[in-house]
Amino acid sequence: MSQVQTQGPTAATRRIDALAAVMRYSTLGALVALLIFNVLFTRHFLAMQTLDVNLTQVAAIVIVGVGMTLVIATGGIDLSVGSLMAISGAIAPIIFLNKVFNIGEIHLAVAVAMIVAVLLAGAFGWFNGWLITRFRIQPIIATLVLFIAGRGIAQVMTNGNLQPFKLDAFQWIGLGRLFAITDVYRGLPIQVAIMIVLVVVAAWVLKRSLFGRQILAIGGNERAARLSGVPVAQVKRWVYCISGLCAGVAGLVVIAINSSSDANQVGLGMELDAIAAVAVGGTLLSGGRATITGTLIGALIIQLVRYTMLANGVPDDVAKLAKAALIVAAVWLQGQGRA
Amino acid sequence: MKKTSIASVLSSQGVLIALAALILFGWLRYDHFLGLFNITSVLRYNSMFALVSLGMCFVIMTGGIDLSVGATAALGSVVSALLSPYGTMAGTLGGVGAGLCIGLINGFVIVRLRILPFIATLAAMLAANGAALLLAGDQSVSVSYDSGFTDLGQGDFYNIPIPALIAAILYVVGSIVLNFTSSGRTVLAIGGNEDASRMMGLPVNRIKFLVYVVSGGLSGLAGVILASQFGAGQPIEGVGWELFAIASVVVGGTLLTGGLGSVGATLAGVMLLGLIFNVLNFENGMGFISLSAYWQSVIRGVFLLIVVILQSQLTGRAERVEAR
Repeated sequence: MSQVQTQGPTAATRRIDALAAVMRYSTLGALVALLIFNVLFTRHFLAMQTLDVNLTQVAAIVIVGVGMTLVIATGGIDLSVGSLMAISGAIAPIIFLNKVFNIGEIHLAVAVAMIVAVLLAGAFGWFNGWLITRFRIQPIIATLVLFIAGRGIAQVMTNGNLQPFKLDAFQWIGLGRLFAITDVYRGLPIQVAIMIVLVVVAAWVLKRSLFGRQILAIGGNERAARLSGVPVAQVKRWVYCISGLCAGVAGLVVIAINSSSDANQVGLGMELDAIAAVAVGGTLLSGGRATITGTLIGALIIQLVRYTMLANGVPDDVAKLAKAALIVAAVWLQGQGRA
Repeated sequence: MKKTSIASVLSSQGVLIALAALILFGWLRYDHFLGLFNITSVLRYNSMFALVSLGMCFVIMTGGIDLSVGATAALGSVVSALLSPYGTMAGTLGGVGAGLCIGLINGFVIVRLRILPFIATLAAMLAANGAALLLAGDQSVSVSYDSGFTDLGQGDFYNIPIPALIAAILYVVGSIVLNFTSSGRTVLAIGGNEDASRMMGLPVNRIKFLVYVVSGGLSGLAGVILASQFGAGQPIEGVGWELFAIASVVVGGTLLTGGLGSVGATLAGVMLLGLIFNVLNFENGMGFISLSAYWQSVIRGVFLLIVVILQSQLTGRAERVEAR
């Protein structure tokens, strides 16, 4: 009798594990299938430049997606990331173009601009977390406030004007290269390096550190986590703060690539891209189970689907429809895996 | 239980008091604030938001959310503009039909595929946006001025703007449905406790499906009015409408967790938010301050913030009293 009792759960867990494995490899499988399709049908896909374009475009999504994964792992959501990107993208040029106060040394000005921009976005993220923990407002509503007001703040700061600039000292974050080999390889784009570092660090934190375990514990069962002594409010505030910091970095990357900052455009729709990357990657949207590498793969899939369509002459509007279907399908599959 | 209703009365009266205070302020401060022109133009313009907010109100009362309303309205405006040469009826039915389609998809994805409302409607927002741009060929679509389609948005009925009349009728219908029909009571029951409602044998799935369809249809209708009022179907309009609608609903005292809400107070919330911008315009006109249009979204956000914090304090207190 006791044997039967122990056997039941084990079999069930094994099946869930198997499903989880299928889920994990199905995302990876989808990525591989996309790559093969492109190699066969998209012209010039194997050119170094294609890889370059896709990686530089996906970096911002992944950087934001890392923060979003942590937020979603606690069972929350952050809709404000796009607006925080706009804020960080608006404040940085204001500082390094010396609009407010004059900093003579340009490298110092750039450093101050970057630090202030990222910290400001992080502070707004902290504010999100404060609203959520102090007033127990649902994350979707609390972050909605900055989703609306954040872009407004960025627009008010710049008066809605485009801020063009040409400043190599700043733009290395979007245009710079590492490990270039003359004539053979142009080098690894800096933002891709940032992306890789962030993914590795966040994956380690989530899997191995106490903070990561606390995040997952909160997402799995907040009450139980609180009762077992996890500082729930503190962990949540940090998570939203990290999401804000990531958005701040992504905002700098985007304006550096564009050589200009447009508060109306920077980060527009980013929350959806990031959430989609997280969902497609296999992180549970209800929290408690998360994978950073999954988010990376998810972002690559979304990027490649769009690239595949555009490269094969499908209009961008249709690509939007496809992305919507992809998100729903991914989340639905995820629900099937759980049931 | 008693305390909960006091909290709800407080938050729903709050919006009326604020609205009255704002109107009084405007009347005392500006010459033409209560002039016929200002009143009708405020009503005409805000009737679109009123329609979207009405649908949102029902969705939120079930404990859900619909982020696709703005994009759906844009899609509705494009479809109705494309069909406007065939007459007002064709344009209207087309726009509303497009909205209903998005609503049907939302309902199906949320109820049948059991996907969280905000994900489903966020995806629908993207899809509706893509569809609108596709149909419109990436530019705004001019409506036909010969078929009488523009009268719908620009016309008056005894000095009352027709869009405002449509919105008013639908609010009366919505209020009756919510308060006096079993479907309406089921909406609130689902928001209060979905599992309990299911166990009591209430048609939870059908009602949840229906609120998203209604929200889609009303958004489509708002799009029809948008197209006929401004003479063009606008595929990229509607950005931020969902936030306006959510803010209006919340300002009206409807609980974001569902289970408690009022159609009338939502209308008051719409009027309050609409009038705030009207007052700001007047203030700009007087030249004492000069706030760019960009301040609107900041003010909207701050407003939502204050209301949400107040609401959480009020309901928090009610919960604590109840627990005691």
